[in-house]
Amino acid sequence: MSTIQDILETNRMIEENKLDVRTITMGISLRDCANPDTTVFCQNIYDKITKTAEKLVRVGEDIEAEFGVPIINKRISITPIAIAAESCRTDSYVPVAEALDRAAKTVGVNFIGGFSALVEKGYTKGDRTLIASLPEALAKTDRVCSSINLASTKAGINMDCVREMGETIKRIAELTADRDAIGCAKLVVFANVPEDNPFMAGAFHGVGEAETAINVGVSGPGVVKRALEDVKGKDFGVVAEMIKRTAFKITRVGQLVAQEASRRLGVPFGIIDLSLAPTPAVGDSVAHILEEMGLESCGAPGTTAALALLNDAVKKGGLMASSFVGGLSGAFIPVSEDAGMIAAVECGSLSLEKLEAMTCVCSVGLDMIAVPGDTSAATISGIIADEAAIGMINNKTTAVRIIPVPGKKVGDQVEFGGLLGYSPILKVNPFRPDEFIARGGRIPAPVRSLTN
Amino acid sequence: MKVVITIVGQDRVGIIAMASNVLAENKINILNINQNIVEGFFNMVMIADMDNSLISLKELQQILGEKGREMGLEIKVQHEEIFEIMHRI
Repeated sequence: MSTIQDILETNRMIEENKLDVRTITMGISLRDCANPDTTVFCQNIYDKITKTAEKLVRVGEDIEAEFGVPIINKRISITPIAIAAESCRTDSYVPVAEALDRAAKTVGVNFIGGFSALVEKGYTKGDRTLIASLPEALAKTDRVCSSINLASTKAGINMDCVREMGETIKRIAELTADRDAIGCAKLVVFANVPEDNPFMAGAFHGVGEAETAINVGVSGPGVVKRALEDVKGKDFGVVAEMIKRTAFKITRVGQLVAQEASRRLGVPFGIIDLSLAPTPAVGDSVAHILEEMGLESCGAPGTTAALALLNDAVKKGGLMASSFVGGLSGAFIPVSEDAGMIAAVECGSLSLEKLEAMTCVCSVGLDMIAVPGDTSAATISGIIADEAAIGMINNKTTAVRIIPVPGKKVGDQVEFGGLLGYSPILKVNPFRPDEFIARGGRIPAPVRSLTN
Repeated sequence: MKVVITIVGQDRVGIIAMASNVLAENKINILNINQNIVEGFFNMVMIADMDNSLISLKELQQILGEKGREMGLEIKVQHEEIFEIMHRI
């Protein structure tokens, strides 16, 4: 039976340190919905999603109430639409995005992910249609999230797509200029994308997945920060051990919630994503964990090392706590969604270049980066190419979610609202990569030995 | 099924009586009580067995929640499994 100390510790984690389950994401295959007629296809996917996920939100709320642990988001991921909709005889998937948006609103989930294409080696017809539809699709919908995988360690980097995504992101920013380019916050460009990630905006239901799956993303940067307060000044062996223990406890909660959700919904349990996902709320910051390790401000020399230790220890602690681990698993460093990151940018300690270095050792990449509205498409493509190269060479997932905010310049601030937070505009290197980006083609896959 | 009931608030007469009455009326068996007063604040953690309970966990949450509000207390009722799974391998 539980001891009083255990009970008080768990409830302190939940109440004071903001321990929560960040998301229960139900993956749904749409491969059986194909139809040459777009209207029929849209009806098929709407019907399948609303029927399969009918009870998702209510079950999530029941588990939250019974166990007393907040479950912040209930979401849906689907088969990449470029695959599912490929047989539609159409040159626009905008109606498909609208059908997904309606389905999300009907079942009450706040995001549906999978308006996606996997093009690391080249485009199919469906991939082209999807990317061409992106600006209008993201401008016209509220809850649809998109991801494009344009590089992998095994295939190299699709530089045609890198160029096209720079232009696409600019176009999305223009079409959603009245809402501070919010459309760009719903699009992630990946290298080595995981196919079972429960977190938005990059979630989709991969082609190797089962018919349905429950994937759960845990969180709890505040709990790790609080635990490290108890080992102030101790050496890094002690720090790593403390993070591992804490990650274990956090992940066990995720495992319990995932098992319960899976049982009650009759949907197989997929994976737990061991992630420290921050929110803009006070006490829920990854940057503050790094600062607790002894850095004056996130971004100071030593930050990459601190993040490397954190990321690795979270995985080691979490792995034993769950029967299946997957997704992105590690620490997230989204600027606008992390109070400590925001403060670090504001005080001049954290730059785009330092963030890029940090993405070499953390779970994802340049996330929720607001840049000046006059940043060129080629510059955005250059930033994407750099991130993709880091992922490709280091055999890890990297991603870019960048928002060129129309009319804003360095020193201004942009407010996205809710979990997406707010951010100062980051300075971008003014020198131009235009000719480099204009080349196009593919960067070949890298050699996997002689790794120096 | 075991549940953990935590009660926090300004100390006053009758808190334990209220909680244990609710449990007794609904055939919920108390397994463990741990209670103290810190600087005038009442803290109690109770573990109870709901196997023969006449009501569901949700209903118990509702009843205790209401009684708690009347007495100015914060009362939580949680499935014990969350504590068990976090602290035991």
